[in-house]
Amino acid sequence: MTDVIDPPVIVAPGAPSVPVVHEHEEHHGPEEHGPSGILKWLTTTDHKIIGLSYMITSIVIFYLAGVMALLIRVQLATPASSFVSFQQYNELFTMHGSLMMYLFAGPFAFGGLANYIVPLQVGAPDMAFPRLNALSYWLYLGGSITMLLGFFVAGGAADFGWVAYAPLSSATSSPGAGADAWIMALALTGFSAIFTGVNLVATIFYLRAPGMTMWRMPIFTWNMLVTGILILIAFPVLTAALVMLFADRHFGTHIYTVVGCHTTAFAGHPSVPDPNACGSAVLWQNLFWFFGHPEVYILALPYFGIVTEILPVFSRKPVFGYKGMVFATMSIAALSTGVWAHHMFTTGVVLLPFFSLLSLLIAVPTGIKFFNWIGTMWRGQLRFTTPMLFCIGFLLGFLMGGVTGVMLAAPPIDFFTHTTYFVVAHFHQVLFATAVFAGFAGLYYWYPKMFGRMLRDNLGKWHFWIMFVGFWLCYMPQYILGLKGMPRRVAVYPSNLGWQMYNDLSTVGAFLIGISFAILLWNLWISWRRPVPAGNNPWDGHTLEWFTTSPPPHHNYTHLPPIRSERPTWDYNHPDALVISHGRQPGENGHSNGSSRNGHSNGSGRNGHGGAPGSPAGVGIPTGAAAEGEVAPT
Amino acid sequence: MKTESLFLIGIGVFFAAIAAIYWFISYEDGGGMMLLGSCLLGFLPGFYYFYWHRRFHGHKYFYWGKLDRVAGDRPEDHPDATMEDGAGVINSFPGSSIWPFTLGMGAFLLVLSLVFGTWFLPLGVSLMLFALIGVTAESRRGGHV
Repeated sequence: MTDVIDPPVIVAPGAPSVPVVHEHEEHHGPEEHGPSGILKWLTTTDHKIIGLSYMITSIVIFYLAGVMALLIRVQLATPASSFVSFQQYNELFTMHGSLMMYLFAGPFAFGGLANYIVPLQVGAPDMAFPRLNALSYWLYLGGSITMLLGFFVAGGAADFGWVAYAPLSSATSSPGAGADAWIMALALTGFSAIFTGVNLVATIFYLRAPGMTMWRMPIFTWNMLVTGILILIAFPVLTAALVMLFADRHFGTHIYTVVGCHTTAFAGHPSVPDPNACGSAVLWQNLFWFFGHPEVYILALPYFGIVTEILPVFSRKPVFGYKGMVFATMSIAALSTGVWAHHMFTTGVVLLPFFSLLSLLIAVPTGIKFFNWIGTMWRGQLRFTTPMLFCIGFLLGFLMGGVTGVMLAAPPIDFFTHTTYFVVAHFHQVLFATAVFAGFAGLYYWYPKMFGRMLRDNLGKWHFWIMFVGFWLCYMPQYILGLKGMPRRVAVYPSNLGWQMYNDLSTVGAFLIGISFAILLWNLWISWRRPVPAGNNPWDGHTLEWFTTSPPPHHNYTHLPPIRSERPTWDYNHPDALVISHGRQPGENGHSNGSSRNGHSNGSGRNGHGGAPGSPAGVGIPTGAAAEGEVAPT
Repeated sequence: MKTESLFLIGIGVFFAAIAAIYWFISYEDGGGMMLLGSCLLGFLPGFYYFYWHRRFHGHKYFYWGKLDRVAGDRPEDHPDATMEDGAGVINSFPGSSIWPFTLGMGAFLLVLSLVFGTWFLPLGVSLMLFALIGVTAESRRGGHV
């Protein structure tokens, strides 16, 4: 059935909260919509259930890919190990990278957390296109199953690396259904991502609550908007490139291949390839990395958003430099689309100064973000809860990964370290810090909102510290291995080069990380079996999602606080606190809109909202007027 | 709506500049076309939003012509908007629908047919067509499954 949504009631600080009963809820209650049981999960269009589906699926994939990583590390613990065959090793590192990059890190953030949190943060009842949202999930699930099916076909799963460089990914070099499954799985998940990007942008542009101007949106929502745009820039290129790769493999086209495109008419030499009739392997790299580098930021920006949500809450301060954060996010995203060929320096056919300069420039907005994160914590009342610890772990890990990224942006260093473990260490530190440290921060932070129960803080801290030690132990030796010349993607290595000790340290670190993930499972189990109620706002959160119940009702809100800053829930819960906002203030806009803007003068400059002196709210709405004038007809 | 339009037009301007610089330095086709496409991705919706922003403020077109009625900012664009400003039905949301699942499984089977064998193809295409008809009819009927 269709739910026609009336706007929720707005409540003033101090006013009693009167829930609104929608017509369809009179007989069924707010949670009883449509079918129940398994059919509920199959037919749902509720963004919260779809978000949870995304998160559960992506975490299962994360654990599978993690097991593959442990198998890789066991193989590399001794120089000439035969723990897995060369073929199996190639399949393992290909599928580990593919699952982590395409099916975990992105979908967990923009499919899972964003799906769940963004409508709540902007005060929307759902995503703009709920059925398209559901379709996105089913395409993602179908793509994930298709990719994993590669392990069960003759010839095994795809084995050409997560970047599928041509001509290694051609039918000649990689025959078999496993490679086709990989290509088609990504095409399917590509469509899923594009639909999610459209949905996110439309939801943020069209379904914000009254008063939730763009410059009052939480940073997480801002980052998801920018991520949505990046998805729309990057994923269509990948999907088109994959379709062309599939055509090369099966329909006789020569878009990326130079084999079989000979012509008898070329200069009288029948065996010489005609350059006008042949494809270009470098074209694949151009197309792939035009997707691939923005993809890194499609994975990173949502996690930056998570950290920027959590640090202010546990520092008990507003975010430092709100607009700076937003512009830094935009700058990072914009620059990320102009640096794709820094992955191709060693091909010798790219414009080194252009791509090197833009790659180095990314360090500037990223540095601004770091400055603002530290500024947010500076002189704050820090609370070292589990989400906060994971955020600090992110800051340290991402700093190390980012600094080595700046090094790699310089072509002379890249020429030396390309295809060595130095690059492996760099991007694992970047992606582990973002998708895993910040991802877990988000999970611990929003879990109480999603399930109405807490995760155990002591177990969470054990999880953090073991993972933190494992992280540094796993990846720092890989930098040394890279500088000593160990190439990536090798299953065995000579025993006389002094590489084994560093590989062993890395393997121990990987297993520590594995142990820490087991603690998370234990924590989830304990939380499920012996729940500790969370309440609506266990962290004293700032943003709108903490105003509604935990878990939120169907269509999210029955009433809303006045939105007069980017911290509406904080303003509501702390009426005596100073309101700090960065958007246009009441009275600054120059647009008179009749009686509904009833006298909100901005008498106190940027830090005030013109509430009457001594007003309990300090939010610019005289309490009486709000109670009488702002109740929406229902 | 002004912020949204400037945000999108800014994307277009950035990519126009980058595309021009890149093209005139490298003359490389692939990257040039992708940057040009990204430029259009910013400009097309950006100018659409800007057009509506101007209309909301009484301009018939972008800068010339006047409308009789001025709608003003949307409630979500106004810093001191109240719920009264957003009164009325927000939207119509489907409470549940089987068709996204059906369509997704049809696409899944279609992909399997390309990978494992064409005998999946009729099943996948049929399921997708069935789902497309179903979801369209559901919307026309007002959402009842």
